[in-house]
Amino acid sequence: MAIPSSISDPFASKFLPSSISDPFASSYQPSRISVPVKIEQTQLTTLRRSHCSTLKASMGSPGFTQQLNNNKLETLADVKDDRDDIFNDLKDRFLSFKKNVYMANPEQFENLAKVQVPKFMVIACADSRVCPSSILGFQPGEAFTIRNIANLVPTFESGPSEVNAALEFSVNTLQVENILVIGHSCCGGIRALMGMEDDGNTSFIKSWVTNAKNARVKTKAAASNLDFDGQCSHCEKVSINHSLVNLLTYPWIKEKVEKEELSIHGGYYDFVNCSFEKWTLDYRGTKLEENGRIAIKNKVFWY
Amino acid sequence: MAIQSSQLAIEQLKNLLREKEELNEVVTTKIEELIVELQGCHPHPIDPAQQIIDGFTYFKFNNFDKNPELYERLAKGQSPKFMVFACSDSRVSPSVILNFQPGEAFVVRNIANIVPAFNQLRYSGVGATIEYAITALKVKNILVIGHSRCGGISRLMSHPEDGSIPFDFIDDWVKIGLPAKTNVMKEYEGYDFKEQCNFCELESVNNSLVNLHTYPYVDREIRNKNLALLGGYYDFVNGEFKLWKYMSVVTKPITIPLKTNEGFKL
Repeated sequence: MAIPSSISDPFASKFLPSSISDPFASSYQPSRISVPVKIEQTQLTTLRRSHCSTLKASMGSPGFTQQLNNNKLETLADVKDDRDDIFNDLKDRFLSFKKNVYMANPEQFENLAKVQVPKFMVIACADSRVCPSSILGFQPGEAFTIRNIANLVPTFESGPSEVNAALEFSVNTLQVENILVIGHSCCGGIRALMGMEDDGNTSFIKSWVTNAKNARVKTKAAASNLDFDGQCSHCEKVSINHSLVNLLTYPWIKEKVEKEELSIHGGYYDFVNCSFEKWTLDYRGTKLEENGRIAIKNKVFWY
Repeated sequence: MAIQSSQLAIEQLKNLLREKEELNEVVTTKIEELIVELQGCHPHPIDPAQQIIDGFTYFKFNNFDKNPELYERLAKGQSPKFMVFACSDSRVSPSVILNFQPGEAFVVRNIANIVPAFNQLRYSGVGATIEYAITALKVKNILVIGHSRCGGISRLMSHPEDGSIPFDFIDDWVKIGLPAKTNVMKEYEGYDFKEQCNFCELESVNNSLVNLHTYPYVDREIRNKNLALLGGYYDFVNGEFKLWKYMSVVTKPITIPLKTNEGFKL
């Protein structure tokens, strides 16, 4: 049964005061660490981490309310089981967008309705904390986006999947100029990859993250001295570069990169310390057959 | 967001001109150049690194730094109430159109916001997201959002009848939506192509919702009333959003009695 309800009253948005509670916190608990960082010009290095202290959970008293204003955030707790609340919630969200963004830029949206010309294709994790529009400010029309577990790119040889369908469309039809693979801290998918055991149990998650098993092998080799958390962090970055290498297995991508019509970038968002690292694949300097490593250039780090 | 920062910049420029009146001519020339450039047919080439820097800086100062408690909590774990399937189309980011803040929605984006049926051999990518969202994150709502002018749906509707060369991967993916196409061709035969595509964009959302139900953990959570399936449709031509629920309904049974000596009774 489908029960449509159209929302077309443009200026009726009202923000509800909300209480912040955390009834379903996931069990993953990374420890708080301070991170002195050394950046080298061409090679990706492990972050040195010193385990300073473990932050005890102190999240404020449950049920304290926070009024919404334009600068502060709102998170709604789902205390009631009444589905109409959800409808109202989503309606308010859309109306807020319509009033503050859509109606404020009519010409831009009129143009966008006809055609999209994004300059970026972004591959990011489905994690609720790392939306590329929020953290990198992509506006409507700017970034064609794929989101999956652990921002992975399978190889050309692995056969049709949703990732390569999107790559085919964005590179060949939309002709984007940049592909950006964004990884992030505390990634559940990478953690599952690193903790995976060969115990005969199958799950979708295991089947999927196996696409990055080379990243796990490299991490275990390079970072065996680190604890499990440290290895996971290392693997998050290795996996990004592994995805960049996998991008080059697509002949039409490789061709465009060679002709310098397409640039491939990696990015890493650390939401514990709020920093962002970005680097670009240096195709000319990369000798994959020689040492299996990519060369990178234009590495930047903002914090 | 862009409007606020340019207003700030204009204020700064005004202040500068008040202090240093000799800059007036230079500033006039530069502003006139800028206006012409912005009005031009093609936007000036962007430096991707600069765009990302600006975006991240805005986020850090205006969002992250202003909400330390929230981000401290998010650094430890996420507990989104929503899982959202949306199209990869650059115009339909759920965070933008539904104002989802970090931590609120676990978002999967692919061509034409398709959810394939449960299949352990193929489609482990989508399967992994559903598995994770339900078993680890325990989301309460799954929302599948379709949209107007969807290129993936258009391809589904036009190929292979238009005789075009098949793509390597795209056709294989969008054909998951075939049941929606079949329904639309049957029910809306005779409508023009664009209208049929619109119907298919909506029908494909329903097809995805049906497919979602084939995942055993989805079915279990629905039975336990812990999970709701919602369909959405973002029409950016008209600036509208449609929202509906997907429900299975069990009607009351009717009783059919056995034959008696008097014959059949109703």
